Amino acid sequence: MIGVDANRGGSAHGAPLPRAFFLTPRGSLWGDRIFQGIVYAAVGLFALVMTGIVFALVVESMPAIRRFGLSFVTGQEWDPVKEAFGALPFIYGTLLSSLVGMAIAVPLGIGAAIYLAELAPFWARAPIGFLIELLAAVPSVVYGLWGIFVLAPFLRNWVEPLLGGTLGFLPLFQGPPYGVGMLAAGLILSIMTVPFIATVSREVLLAVPNTQREAALALGATRWETTWIAVLRYGRSGLVGAVLLGLGRALGETMAVTMVIGNRPEIAVSLFAPGYTMASVLANEFTEATSDVYLSALVYVGLLLLAVTVMVNSAARLLVWTVGGSVKGIRE
Amino acid sequence: MTTRSVAATRLMGLALAGLLLAVPGLPIAGAAQTLMNGAGATFPYPIYSKWFDEYTKVDPSVRFNYQSIGSGGGIRQISERTVDFGATDGPMTDEQLKKAPAELIHIPTVLGAVVATYNLPGNPTLLFTGEVLADIFLGKITSWDDGKIKSLNPGVSLPKTPIVLVHRSDGSGTTYIWVDYLSKISKEWDEKVGRGTSVKWPAGLGGKGNEGVAGQIKNTSGALGYVELAYAITNKLPVASVKNASGKFIEPTIASTTAAAAGAANNMPADFRVSLTNAPGDAAYPIASFTWLLVYKDQPDELKGRLLAKFLWWAIHDGQRYPQDLLYAPLPAPVVKQIEEKVKQITFKGKPLVATR
Repeated sequence: MIGVDANRGGSAHGAPLPRAFFLTPRGSLWGDRIFQGIVYAAVGLFALVMTGIVFALVVESMPAIRRFGLSFVTGQEWDPVKEAFGALPFIYGTLLSSLVGMAIAVPLGIGAAIYLAELAPFWARAPIGFLIELLAAVPSVVYGLWGIFVLAPFLRNWVEPLLGGTLGFLPLFQGPPYGVGMLAAGLILSIMTVPFIATVSREVLLAVPNTQREAALALGATRWETTWIAVLRYGRSGLVGAVLLGLGRALGETMAVTMVIGNRPEIAVSLFAPGYTMASVLANEFTEATSDVYLSALVYVGLLLLAVTVMVNSAARLLVWTVGGSVKGIRE
Repeated sequence: MTTRSVAATRLMGLALAGLLLAVPGLPIAGAAQTLMNGAGATFPYPIYSKWFDEYTKVDPSVRFNYQSIGSGGGIRQISERTVDFGATDGPMTDEQLKKAPAELIHIPTVLGAVVATYNLPGNPTLLFTGEVLADIFLGKITSWDDGKIKSLNPGVSLPKTPIVLVHRSDGSGTTYIWVDYLSKISKEWDEKVGRGTSVKWPAGLGGKGNEGVAGQIKNTSGALGYVELAYAITNKLPVASVKNASGKFIEPTIASTTAAAAGAANNMPADFRVSLTNAPGDAAYPIASFTWLLVYKDQPDELKGRLLAKFLWWAIHDGQRYPQDLLYAPLPAPVVKQIEEKVKQITFKGKPLVATR
């Protein structure tokens, strides 16, 4: 919303420029022009880099696209020796591990943000906020090692037998407990994305004007109702932005996921089963891929990863726009 | 304005001249140091960096820059002539050699071995044959108390637990050596899976790197996987002895790895593109391999070519002092003699670069 307003201001200023030229001859106009140039260049550079990346990915993956076409997307075989390649298990693994991660991270992250912005005593806000932000500073390889040596054994010995024993009738929780697998990847991703979601959400909630809260409280709302109706609804689009940021990280996370997901290109319903993600297969196999088709197939996976990321993000934006209308109705 | 711009132009000119002078590799009077660029395999990186470091004491006029980007990258970069030498853990294929702009030669530098490691109560020393290992990795033997494992290890009490298989998930020369061995032993493996730095595993979990595989094995009772010999030794992992081509069960050590190359010396192909798995010889450990440096037979630059040939000569002679400490196996003497001939063949415009002694 703020961005839109700023744009409007810009175009309003644009019209009376010639007059400004005569009124302030001492260079403010030139300053504006230079500033404009810098800003355009910055935007143009991003557009150029993005186009360059897409172009390079398409060119490099051309041999694989010609050879496998769209069947690459639906194929389930990944055999570097016989050069038979299909990316579906990786697409599935990327989406499922991110879904599991977000299912855990979104409530946790937004919950932590609500606590920090609305409920926590003032002296506790800064240190707790700092601790959460610190989680984002831990390198992903450290998360991965922690995943192998702490999380995976814990899951195998405690969590997975427990889940299998109580919820084992669900196909999600069946199969032998390896420790490493989709569940471990999802958990690692949730821990890694929580700081992003929590920190951005907290800023969003702090930006909600106090009048919103006062109005709700004045109507006799409880604290819970005030937070839910007046604060969260008001900041909805910002919160979605926070979740998208986390989702972006989850979809592209490579090292930590690779270390705990089990790296098996198979589509299994169970969260206990090992899986594989697009980013992981790139990290794992790119350095030693010697044949041209193999290398090209890996770049094709990279192209698909970009496509999946764009699609997931657009879908989320679309969701916000369609439900956003009713939010405006409430507010205005 | 004009004086300023003239001064600016002069400054620019000076800066350009300075830049030209600073270009590395150009022989400038006084401080002449040649930079040799290399790229490739990660497995021999520790010994190569030791060598490059030691060699600057022998010949201070060279400096090496080696990027361990993986064998695939090494082959690509030397084929595109973007580096002066490449390094690989698996020999180049005929197709790859044909694609290179000129004749590339393989220089074996050191040896490595791959070992089976496991996690069982008490970690007894186990004996395996290639057939049993292949059956396990094919997913045909799934329990530790399988009759085939039991008959090889009579005195050992094997639990009735499932075998949790762990393999490398990242493309790796270690994997290549392992599956190359399984392919030689088992026809079924050769047909179903084959050889490669990454393969389609019939069973098991993938761990990233030696540490990923070893980490999962350490944490999982009943796990079995494979890692580099050096990694197993430094981390004191239990390792299995494997039956070699002469029918003897050989413990993987640096000596038994060197013995594998010695056993293969009689039938060494001229281009050294040879697999040492299941090599003949009573003392040979059967899952071993060379790692190679890749150089152009006819060097494009006389100075660099001479320095490179001199370095290679040093590496296969004096350089062989260092591998042991870093847990690589040194080349056996008969193979060094054979490689000498190869290094002597390195030329610049047809003229040999190493003095034939």
